[in-house]
Amino acid sequence: MIRRARIRLLSRVTSRRRIPVRLERLGISTRIAPWTASLTLLLTLACLLVGAWSMTLGVYPISVGEVFRAAVGFPAAPQDTFIVIDLRLPRVLVALFAGGALAASGAIFQALVRNPLAAPDIIGVNSGAGAVVVLLIVTGAPAALIAPGAFAGAIAAAITVYLLTWRHGISGARLVLVGIGVNAMLSALITLMIVRFPVDRATLAVWWQSGTLHGSDAGDARLLVGSLAILLPAGMWFVRSANVLSFGDDAARGLGLRVERARLGMLAVGAAMAAVAIAAAGPIGFVALISPHIARMIAGSFTAGVLLLSGAIGAAMVLIADIVAQHAFAFPVPVGILTAAVGAPYFIYLLARAGRRARS
Amino acid sequence: MGPSLRRLLGGIALLVALAGVTLVSLSIGSGNATGVHVWGALTAFDGSNEHIIVREMRLPRTIIGLAVGAALGVAGGLMQAITRNPLAEPGILGVNAGASFAIVTAVYVFGAVSPLGYVWFAFLGATCAVIVVYLLSTVAGSKSTPVTLALAGVVVTMLLSSWITLILVFNERTLDEVRFWLAGSIADRDLGELTYLAPFFTVALVAGVLLARQLNALNLGDDVARSLGVNILRVRLLSGAVVVVLAGAAVAAAGPIGFVGLAVPHIARAMAGADYRWIQGYAVLLGPILLVAADTIGRVILVSGELQVGIITALLGAPVLIMLARRRKLVSV
Repeated sequence: MIRRARIRLLSRVTSRRRIPVRLERLGISTRIAPWTASLTLLLTLACLLVGAWSMTLGVYPISVGEVFRAAVGFPAAPQDTFIVIDLRLPRVLVALFAGGALAASGAIFQALVRNPLAAPDIIGVNSGAGAVVVLLIVTGAPAALIAPGAFAGAIAAAITVYLLTWRHGISGARLVLVGIGVNAMLSALITLMIVRFPVDRATLAVWWQSGTLHGSDAGDARLLVGSLAILLPAGMWFVRSANVLSFGDDAARGLGLRVERARLGMLAVGAAMAAVAIAAAGPIGFVALISPHIARMIAGSFTAGVLLLSGAIGAAMVLIADIVAQHAFAFPVPVGILTAAVGAPYFIYLLARAGRRARS
Repeated sequence: MGPSLRRLLGGIALLVALAGVTLVSLSIGSGNATGVHVWGALTAFDGSNEHIIVREMRLPRTIIGLAVGAALGVAGGLMQAITRNPLAEPGILGVNAGASFAIVTAVYVFGAVSPLGYVWFAFLGATCAVIVVYLLSTVAGSKSTPVTLALAGVVVTMLLSSWITLILVFNERTLDEVRFWLAGSIADRDLGELTYLAPFFTVALVAGVLLARQLNALNLGDDVARSLGVNILRVRLLSGAVVVVLAGAAVAAAGPIGFVGLAVPHIARAMAGADYRWIQGYAVLLGPILLVAADTIGRVILVSGELQVGIITALLGAPVLIMLARRRKLVSV
């Protein structure tokens, strides 16, 4: 009881103190609580430390000092340099950035649909990527096609959902339902391919489907960094539209917002974020659904700060899950299975808590 | 033509269609048994290959298809009535996923479980899923709207299917046991399973149809229903229990099959109007028609091999959901 009261008090105190962030030329204008900002920074720092530590783990142990020397380019033993730079560092980077992208995408989708249960996984973005990739895998297409294929599939699914939802405009509720329908059809297609094709190919497809960082390379990391450099500011730009939209369409129009354009933009940014993450790391489940919840629980309603915080939370989540998935079991398991197995019950717990607080 | 005559004629048309679909299901498939062999195989079995194909392979799957289809259709009608939500059905609301997860867990923990043993785990899993989805939907929104309920169901389905994947990744024996069952299939069944499940299907189907009068009262809103002397809580709980038995038995017999429960009540409503006595009556006929037809399509659509019925119903049924979502208003039913 006391703790909850203290948290409430704390949030009341901190919620007043918000630093206005105005980048007028970029069109970004928001208020970030110092508490949110410092927490995001702290979490990012922790991610870097844990990431560095995780690079010492593995069949071939390397000390923290050696990892550091190799990573920043000091002369180090050539095999250390190879293992750190070419094998372990890309994987850590992909884990961080894919987690961050998925979480930010979830935050944008939840703001767009105005429902805490929305996520790219649910409206078919993941299964769009999945359908294309499974097709590529079972037909034996070259591996280089998988990342662009996943991206194209995710975007195509998002466009399909958008077009099918359009009816004198878009409504969040309709978007979700159409998305669930599209998701069901795409999942049926995936099942169809997995059942129809030889079992060895199907196993590969199932493995990819569950989201794995196995085989992530520097190219994937570069792709993620490059696209997030564009997409994250774009997401922050739409925060204001999202907040205006939360007053309802009529009020938003009255305030001068081009409602449909804002929705299209949010959908495009959210889907693109999910698409690059899936292209690099496969559809890692539940990160997009949970991270924004935790961020909002800490920092309140949707702001650019919450977007960044939820990205940091997603990054930490995937990084830690991948370390566990890689080292804790007799054989490495796909990280997506772990995020789902642990994340899903936690998600229900979060919702139950939120509900209790809303009622009390 | 009066409305009741029209409804009666509609019912007769459905009966004829059901008979037709059943006959086609018995006559089509791999193997060279055709329509001419069906009657002989059923009345004067002579042990020939054609007769064996009809009796041992096509008859069981057709009968199970009929039972599962009726169960899913009636369960869909019940769920749409008690939640007053046009999107409710065992697949979307996660009831199928609950039953599937319980069965997979049972196979994992207890080793090879016969389908006869499946059913109790299916009931347990379905009950838990119903409760969790309901709680989740009341928590996520201030009141449970059609969208929130559907989202809660999909989230629970996602959660459970990832746990199923987790079990299957670690345990190849379980994967081998449940792989084809999980896609939703009524192929390769024997009638022994059905005779065990038959009492569940029968009792729950009868209850699901008999509840129609109370469902009509619920449809008028809680206040009116109460003033009509209906015990709302009891009707909801009873209907929920019937849904659990219907969906659980269907999953135990055929694996998770989605969208039949969604489409059937809507087609019935379009044919017969808003009266649940007719909707549920039509559902008993429409469900089997859709399911057996989908299964027959799955048998002939590919050049070699066949397609699981669950895949066909998802491919045909998901557009129904999209169509419903595109309606001007998601009217509560």
